[in-house]
Amino acid sequence: MKVLSKEEALASPHSTGGPNETFVLNLGPQHPATHGVLRVKLTMDGEFITNAEPVCGYIHRMHEKMGENRTYSQFLPNTSRLDYLSAMQYTHAWVGLVEKACKIEVPQRAEYVRVITSELNRIASHLVGWGAWVMDLGGFTPILYAFDDREKILDLLEHICGARLTFCYYRFGGLVNDVDDVFVQGTKDFIPYMRDRMKTYKKLVTENIILRKRIEGIGPVSQEMCLRYGACGPVLRGSGFKSDVRINEPYSAYKDFDYEIPVYHEGDSMARYLVRMDEIEQSLRIIEQALAKLPEGPFINPKVPRSIKLPAGDYTYATEAARGRFMIRVVSDGKDVPYRVKLRTPCLSNLSLFEEASKGMLLADALAFMGSLDLVIPDIDR
Amino acid sequence: MSAIWNFLCQPDVLAVERLLAFLVGIAAFVGVNAAYLVWVERKTAAYVQRRPGPMEVGPQGLLQPIADAVKLMSKQVLVPPGTDALLFRIAPVLIMTPAIMCFTALPYAPGIVPANINVGLLTFFAFGSINVMALMLGGWASRNKYAVISSARVVSQNVAYEIPMLLTIVTVIMMTGTMNLSEIVGQQAGAIWHWNIFQLHRNLLMPVTFLIFYICMLAETNRAPFDMAEAESELVAGAFTEYAGMGFGVFFMAEYANIVVGCSLATILFLGGWQVPFLAIPASWGPWAGALIGLTAFFAKLYALIFTVIWIRWTFPRTQFYGLLNLSWKILIPVSLLTLLLSSVLIKLPHLF
Repeated sequence: MKVLSKEEALASPHSTGGPNETFVLNLGPQHPATHGVLRVKLTMDGEFITNAEPVCGYIHRMHEKMGENRTYSQFLPNTSRLDYLSAMQYTHAWVGLVEKACKIEVPQRAEYVRVITSELNRIASHLVGWGAWVMDLGGFTPILYAFDDREKILDLLEHICGARLTFCYYRFGGLVNDVDDVFVQGTKDFIPYMRDRMKTYKKLVTENIILRKRIEGIGPVSQEMCLRYGACGPVLRGSGFKSDVRINEPYSAYKDFDYEIPVYHEGDSMARYLVRMDEIEQSLRIIEQALAKLPEGPFINPKVPRSIKLPAGDYTYATEAARGRFMIRVVSDGKDVPYRVKLRTPCLSNLSLFEEASKGMLLADALAFMGSLDLVIPDIDR
Repeated sequence: MSAIWNFLCQPDVLAVERLLAFLVGIAAFVGVNAAYLVWVERKTAAYVQRRPGPMEVGPQGLLQPIADAVKLMSKQVLVPPGTDALLFRIAPVLIMTPAIMCFTALPYAPGIVPANINVGLLTFFAFGSINVMALMLGGWASRNKYAVISSARVVSQNVAYEIPMLLTIVTVIMMTGTMNLSEIVGQQAGAIWHWNIFQLHRNLLMPVTFLIFYICMLAETNRAPFDMAEAESELVAGAFTEYAGMGFGVFFMAEYANIVVGCSLATILFLGGWQVPFLAIPASWGPWAGALIGLTAFFAKLYALIFTVIWIRWTFPRTQFYGLLNLSWKILIPVSLLTLLLSSVLIKLPHLF
């Protein structure tokens, strides 16, 4: 039998495209693993990915443009709708920016409650991210356990602000409502409950041999790559770089508490997993301390002007959201609406390294890796 | 009545009418069983996940499977443009038929076996292996990239797992000396240590052999944690992506039928089939009593095994594909070869002295 050369094989009428055949697989915008309307154009060689091109924009809502048409108070609810899983930190960045620019004093009690609610929100967000990721890996039960625990957090937050997802609890100079004994007691009860659950999750999921084999060594992201793409949050900390807005650019009352920033050096999906699990523990520590030291006093500064106008200038304010550094930049020309609003969201920068890091991966590994980035699609598109 | 009974309980007579009667019975059993296994699966999943599960249709959601079946049947069976329509339609039939044919060789109770043939085990594997071809055809004919990837996975997975499975079967055949399933069950009568899984004096690794068989059975039926073919978070619905209505329904039924077949075989080969430990049913009780007790024992063991299959699905995440192949080629095949060697040595050893 004659052996065909590559050119002959390609020219043959029976050729299906030749020995180096690749095909394009459209992952999304509706796919169970992308958890939203992210589309990834995968060029596949068999089950190996030769190129992965994320296509964003399917849920673009023009939040930045909206910011240019609304007063500072009117834009406040928008901030809960970027990353709907960590709405508290996002609102915090907006109110923080306005307070910094207008030099509005925030009562100490409000700052403490902001820390407590932000950290509760971080736990809730990590629980969803964890559960959804394990579901991507084929384990269906943990997400329901996670939602069960998240339900307790949402009940507490609903009690104080009336919302369960898009909280919009913070106001310029304080909070919309004061916390009451029901919330304080409920949160105090929640801490030991959650610590107990974390032990269960460790036994059920973290130490599971199948899960460890799926994510250990998968999707290694070097520190250099993280810095090049501006990755942040657990992705950056999982690659061994200790960076957290709460300690780098301390805001609110975070400097009053004793807590650690979990850092793992492996850079693989397991490292990112462990960073998130440790962060839940650390958040519980912060909440415990904040509840113990919760000062009495007003929950909002009564002298906040009704119509807010930022003095002309360029302002930024960053918070550590559950997925990383969220920063708002506002350019003001002194009017009651901003001249320009720029939202720097963690998910976009975390997604941007997917294309480079997923080259040569198997499809299933790439989806496990994508789960480890913990993407929220509306946060990518804004 | 007794004439019918006598007609049905002549396992050595291969009359076509008798076989047909059994096949109708089996088809009905498979249908109802698949529907209610879905209910059991959903309720078990709900129990594992601390939620109530289906509750709306009927008491405790007991009529949910019927509502689901009506829904599936009333949906249009779409054949997407550009597909190989013949293969696309034939694949569900091809997957269901061998699954039902496998049931004909199974001994359910003393006397109740549709076809008591001497190569029962062989028949069983002959039909059981068609399953993979049907899944492959369905995936290939769908003209969907996810389905094609799934087909490729199914083939390599099933090839990899058929080998250790057959090696464990050979171990059992060497111990029992027969391929007739009724005889294999008959040999396990009496005490619980007569069950093949506990025959440690003949092969110390018998529990391991059972474990290998069980793992292979999970992989062959594409059940979690080896559900590569239908990895919904990776391949949407794998080979079934393009199937709608009852086309999907038949695949679904076949999946559960295959689980029942696999677990039945595990029960027969390792757990004593219809035997109740320490109970020899006297002939004076009549054929009905023996059949009834046997059936109860068989189904109790069968559903206990099926429960573990469901339990595993809702506990473990999915394995990675190369991890799955590594497990088969690097662990299961060497270990099953070892058990084969050990049992053959232990069989021959007494004859040497």
